[in-house]
Amino acid sequence: MTEPLLRVRDLKTYFVTEQGSGTARAVDGVSFDVYPGETLGVVGESGCGKTVTSLSILRLIPEPPGHIRPGSFIEFEGRNLLTLAPKELRAVRGNRIAMIFQEPMTSLNPVFTVGHQIAEAAIVHQSLSRRAARARAIEMLTLVGIPDPGERVDHYPHQMSGGMRQRVMIAMALICHPQLLIADEPTTALDVTIQAQILELLDRLQRELGMAVMLITHDLGVVAGSADRVVVMYAGQVVEQASTGELFARPLHPYTEGLLASVPRLDTRVSQVRGRLHSIPGQVPAATSWPAGCRFHPRCPYAWDRCAVEEPPLLDSAGAEAGTHTVRCWLLTEPERRERHP
Amino acid sequence: MTVWTWLALASAVAVALVAAAEVRRRAATRAAGRRFLRHPTATAGVFILAFFVTTALAAPLVAPYDPAGQLDPVHLQNQPPSTRFPLGTDVYSRDVWSRLVYGARLSLGIGTIAMLVAVTVGAGVGAAAGYFRRGIDAVLMRSVDVGLAMPRMFVLLMAVALWERLPLAVLVLLIGLTGWFGTSRLVRADVLSLREREFVAAARAVGAGPTRVIFRHVLPNAAAPIIVSAAFGIGNVILLEAGLSYLGLGVPSPLPSWGSIIYDGQPYIATAPWTSGFPGLAIALVVLALNAVGDGLRDALDPRKEAT
Repeated sequence: MTEPLLRVRDLKTYFVTEQGSGTARAVDGVSFDVYPGETLGVVGESGCGKTVTSLSILRLIPEPPGHIRPGSFIEFEGRNLLTLAPKELRAVRGNRIAMIFQEPMTSLNPVFTVGHQIAEAAIVHQSLSRRAARARAIEMLTLVGIPDPGERVDHYPHQMSGGMRQRVMIAMALICHPQLLIADEPTTALDVTIQAQILELLDRLQRELGMAVMLITHDLGVVAGSADRVVVMYAGQVVEQASTGELFARPLHPYTEGLLASVPRLDTRVSQVRGRLHSIPGQVPAATSWPAGCRFHPRCPYAWDRCAVEEPPLLDSAGAEAGTHTVRCWLLTEPERRERHP
Repeated sequence: MTVWTWLALASAVAVALVAAAEVRRRAATRAAGRRFLRHPTATAGVFILAFFVTTALAAPLVAPYDPAGQLDPVHLQNQPPSTRFPLGTDVYSRDVWSRLVYGARLSLGIGTIAMLVAVTVGAGVGAAAGYFRRGIDAVLMRSVDVGLAMPRMFVLLMAVALWERLPLAVLVLLIGLTGWFGTSRLVRADVLSLREREFVAAARAVGAGPTRVIFRHVLPNAAAPIIVSAAFGIGNVILLEAGLSYLGLGVPSPLPSWGSIIYDGQPYIATAPWTSGFPGLAIALVVLALNAVGDGLRDALDPRKEAT
């Protein structure tokens, strides 16, 4: 296998809470790789640390209250991003790694034209002249499929729809042809029809520009449609990691199982789910007090006494090549317990 | 007063009317502009300001006499207003109207320049404190507290007293440098909330450094409080300068500023009230106009009023 483009090892991002009620361990020992050209889906409920993980990669965590713990390691193109000087880091941001945010409505500066904002990265990183930057911005608007780019380039964000603004965000992110694009729930704030368009656009641009995409989402449908591999996160940790096909065919972690069962499906007979959509009981616990042992055990239908005491490591799935499908669950050591469960 | 100066004065009024009408016309096309116009005195304020600015700029045309010229110290001192001297003459037989017109240059000029200094420093300090937080914020904001606690007038009096023949430029600079504390607090408050906005994170994700983020993404969005405090700031500076000059410590004689004209006329207030009265009226008008415009701008630029 080729060398990974991005290697995250044991990433821990903690937040000191205001009331002094403790430390929120938002991301607590996350490791994963992103390979050149692939799409990695990162899935999980709200509050499981997806966004903090992505912000940590670009070191955009607000400090204070947040900080990345020593011992964490984020290697990109052979350099540890966590030890880069601010200037070197800025040379990576927007240039080698770009990011798209969740809310296209608030991620654009209301007082500048979209052309200005798209061109910003090119002006910062390639010291383009104003005129050249504008031409590049128009080019990018064409690339992301905005009609009338010559006119739209001078429009302000409030003159555009949500879908268009997200296209602008994508244009902004891709103007320097980054190697890695981090898309943090790029379609959550959009209509379903627009969602599909944006995902298609991302897919096409990824192929054309040959970049890797880290697609953060809580929508398994999005993952199934566009990701090559999936990392499932829960309570600040990676709980399962596999190729998309493998994960959907053989989900091994009870949390992944629950997530998949919670997706409404057209091909499931109503009788199978007893007329109701499945849901995982309970909520993600607070990041200041993760449960001891396996963090999922209070919500897990299979949990037994060991789960409450001992935290499982990432274990290799028996049926797969080492490292291709890993699961953080004791069930892998005692698979018969799964069968015994009703 | 010749026909030409009357004509020039009439033109100044016309220019001011046109300016006010133009402001109205442009404002009416935008929501923020309509909020500005809803303010009953805002348009009047614009007209008054436009009038004084025009006369200040066109002073040589509008003023019939040399503002420092003593026409006839024996026969023409403390003359009441007449067609020859529309606002009368002072004790040195100088035409009050001419002095008032040239004084507008000085008073408005000092107000504008000192305000620019104050707003620049205030916005810079506020932005730095709000954006970087932590130690920088603590140090800057505590110094602002100290600055606000110092009575501004006395700081200026002290400077004037300690520095003989204080150059006017230094005085203006001092007025500006003692007037930025309030602005910096307002700007800091805005920056504190702006820095958490997603577009700021987006700008940082693109690789923009702190300077770029502050000047391109944060401060332009904090323009409203800066503009409003600038409008109020000019009025304050004009009053302050008038106060200093009135004490005989501001603009050195025979330079006319509105404050120094009042100072010159003050001993004869009972026999020749026009010398002090008219510049006083001018100060009152301009400061009221600035406050009206500032109020209007505050309503217009307040995003929370967007819904109404």
